[in-house]
Amino acid sequence: MISEDLLPRETPVRLVDEHGEAVSDPQYPAPDTGRLVEAYRALVQGRRVNEQCSALVRQGRLAVYPSSHGQEACQVAAALALRDGDWLFPTYRDSVAVIARGVDPAQALVLLRGDWHSGYDPNDFNVAPQATPLATQLLHAVGFAHAAALRGEPTVVLAMCGDGATSEGDFHEALNFAAVFHVPVVFFVQNNEFAISVPLSRQTAAPSLAHKAIGYGMPGERVDGNDVAALLAVLDRAVSRARSGEGPSLIEAHTYRMQAHTNADDDTRYRERDEVQAWISRDPLVRVQAYLRGAGAIDDTAEAGFAADAEVVAQQLREAMNSDPELDPEDLFRYVYASRTPQLENEWAMLRDELSRTEPATEEAR
Amino acid sequence: MTMLDTRHDQAAEAEASAPATSATTSPAPATSPAPTEAPVLTMAAAINRALADAMAEDDSVLVFGEDVGALGGVFRVTDGLTERFGERRCFDTPLAESGIVGTAIGMAMNGMRPVVEMQFDAFAYPAFEQIVSHAAKMANRTRGAVRLPMVIRIPFGGGIGGVEHHCDSSEAYYAHTPGLTVVAPATPQDAYSLLRAAIRHPDPVVFLEPKKLYWSKAPVDTSIEAEIGRARVVREGTDATLIAYGTSVGVALDAATVAESEGRSIAVVDVRTLTPCDDETLFAAVRATGRAVVVAEAPGFASVASELAARIGEHCFPYLEAPVRRVTGFDTPFAPPKLERHYLPDVDRVLDAIDSLNWED
Ligand SMILES: Cc1ncc(C[n+]2csc(CCOP(=O)(O)OP(=O)(O)O)c2C)c(N)n1
Repeated sequence: MISEDLLPRETPVRLVDEHGEAVSDPQYPAPDTGRLVEAYRALVQGRRVNEQCSALVRQGRLAVYPSSHGQEACQVAAALALRDGDWLFPTYRDSVAVIARGVDPAQALVLLRGDWHSGYDPNDFNVAPQATPLATQLLHAVGFAHAAALRGEPTVVLAMCGDGATSEGDFHEALNFAAVFHVPVVFFVQNNEFAISVPLSRQTAAPSLAHKAIGYGMPGERVDGNDVAALLAVLDRAVSRARSGEGPSLIEAHTYRMQAHTNADDDTRYRERDEVQAWISRDPLVRVQAYLRGAGAIDDTAEAGFAADAEVVAQQLREAMNSDPELDPEDLFRYVYASRTPQLENEWAMLRDELSRTEPATEEAR
Repeated sequence: MTMLDTRHDQAAEAEASAPATSATTSPAPATSPAPTEAPVLTMAAAINRALADAMAEDDSVLVFGEDVGALGGVFRVTDGLTERFGERRCFDTPLAESGIVGTAIGMAMNGMRPVVEMQFDAFAYPAFEQIVSHAAKMANRTRGAVRLPMVIRIPFGGGIGGVEHHCDSSEAYYAHTPGLTVVAPATPQDAYSLLRAAIRHPDPVVFLEPKKLYWSKAPVDTSIEAEIGRARVVREGTDATLIAYGTSVGVALDAATVAESEGRSIAVVDVRTLTPCDDETLFAAVRATGRAVVVAEAPGFASVASELAARIGEHCFPYLEAPVRRVTGFDTPFAPPKLERHYLPDVDRVLDAIDSLNWED
């Protein structure tokens, strides 16, 4: 009986179908229209950011960009489900979620440009640094939430990962810790069917990734990852559950990565074009757009406004990425320990000496 | 206790009776009262006292790990902490080392000062990724915006007749990692004072507890403060300097005593903090004697002992009468219990190394 409560649905939760028609669900009320308009606006911006970043990679302005094209509904919903005091623990693919949460786009991309390993102060936005090693940040999220709970703070932590990351040991340790200590965490898996080239069937033999929740004693749910309305409804419930002290949950969003893993990857080697084509008709933007248009909530003018706003963000990004910031080599030694060790002082002296001999111009400029 | 072989017990005692307080750390504050009778504690009890005192002083200090609650840890280091501070402050976790360190990182990000226990050295390896990729790098990734004040306590080293995976000296892995501060006390006093300092430290500290010394006893003055990053000259000498840390400090002291009876005056330096290493104290001690031997249990190849020897070679060469020698464990997996006495650096091996230091006589 308990297990029934913890088990995910047979089919993913869906509130707006591929034609923009509402699907009513007794368990999950649809978010109100105003919220969906806000989500749509963020989706338009997210798509534009993905496109701009892919272009910046081609121009050699970004070292690499793992695009979330096709997954924007998950990105936007993750950010919109949280309140100000909550925290987001994202991965390398979640730049759009990070930006939707308020981080300045140029700062979010510092990691991918190669200036530094993270470009924003996590405390300014309640967004942890984007994690590259898989699933490791899920444990940080659990510890972070546990600390908040111990102090009686109402913080909820939403931790993101991909389908491949669910095979890592840290994923399992994180779910288990969270359930045992009953901490306010929402684990949000974006199942985009591939971990680089490896399909979901090689990650798991479980009926779904959401089914993994029951083994740890927490509820799991599956949601259509291209339906921003359903995502918001399901995430809202998980977040409020966590906030009211009912513990963690696991949500699996079924979505698809429309582009290669990164620019360094050739996805024609591992998936058929037909499959990619088929997902075009399930585009998360088109669906909610049709729904909102049908409801009379947006019109051409509103759309033009959203597009213009997105264009501003894209332009700011281009400008930020087209300028080459002066990087300070002393930074290498600044952020290793709270106070610099004598050994690091010596090494910095050595580098400074090298610089004074090889880059006299820069030295003089200082 | 019965696992301890008696010769090493004597070494531990000889070591404990060394002038620990006078040589320890920063000078006592001028206002300190006339020395009262410091309680005699085992190293395990000294660490327990340090944890309790830190928890009493600061609400954000949390202790967790495997069996640290009701049982008080397999070495009883956390004995009584749950009783005294409650399950919110000292608790048992699921059996998952990466989980322990990973959640500690999140807690430290969110204002806590976790002190976690790894049950044995080789069982910390599942947490290696969290330690080297995350604990060590968080401040760096965030340009100092997120600091992780956390302590990872790891019982380390052999000499207790433990079966495999219970006796590793894993310090080189951590010492090799920028961002980690690595500390290894050799006396109950240092265990107390350095752990207090480690808990106050703004960066993650890997705190290596020489498990063979858990039952060694000495007076512990809780008012003595230690500074991380300072070595200590345990014994003065004029002919050669032995450099050691953890259990090997006792071995070095015993060797120095024997050497003295043979007419050689040997200094002994306890490194105490492996990173950042106190080059100044080390180099001064070696320059004063012109000869140096580094003693440590870990396999010698690419070890902390190698690093210390190399640093001394680079910086003290004009003062040296002989190449720096290392006395270390063999480059083999740690020995099974019945062979460990052949593996561990002992007094004879240290004496042989001293003899090889190019003496004129
Ligand atoms: C521990 C670890 N192993 C390997 C990698 C290399 N790697 C980067 S992304 C990736 C695939 C991840 O797939 P998934 O979790 O499904 O996330 P997605 O990229 O699809 O968002 C791999 C193997 C890594 N980052 N971390």
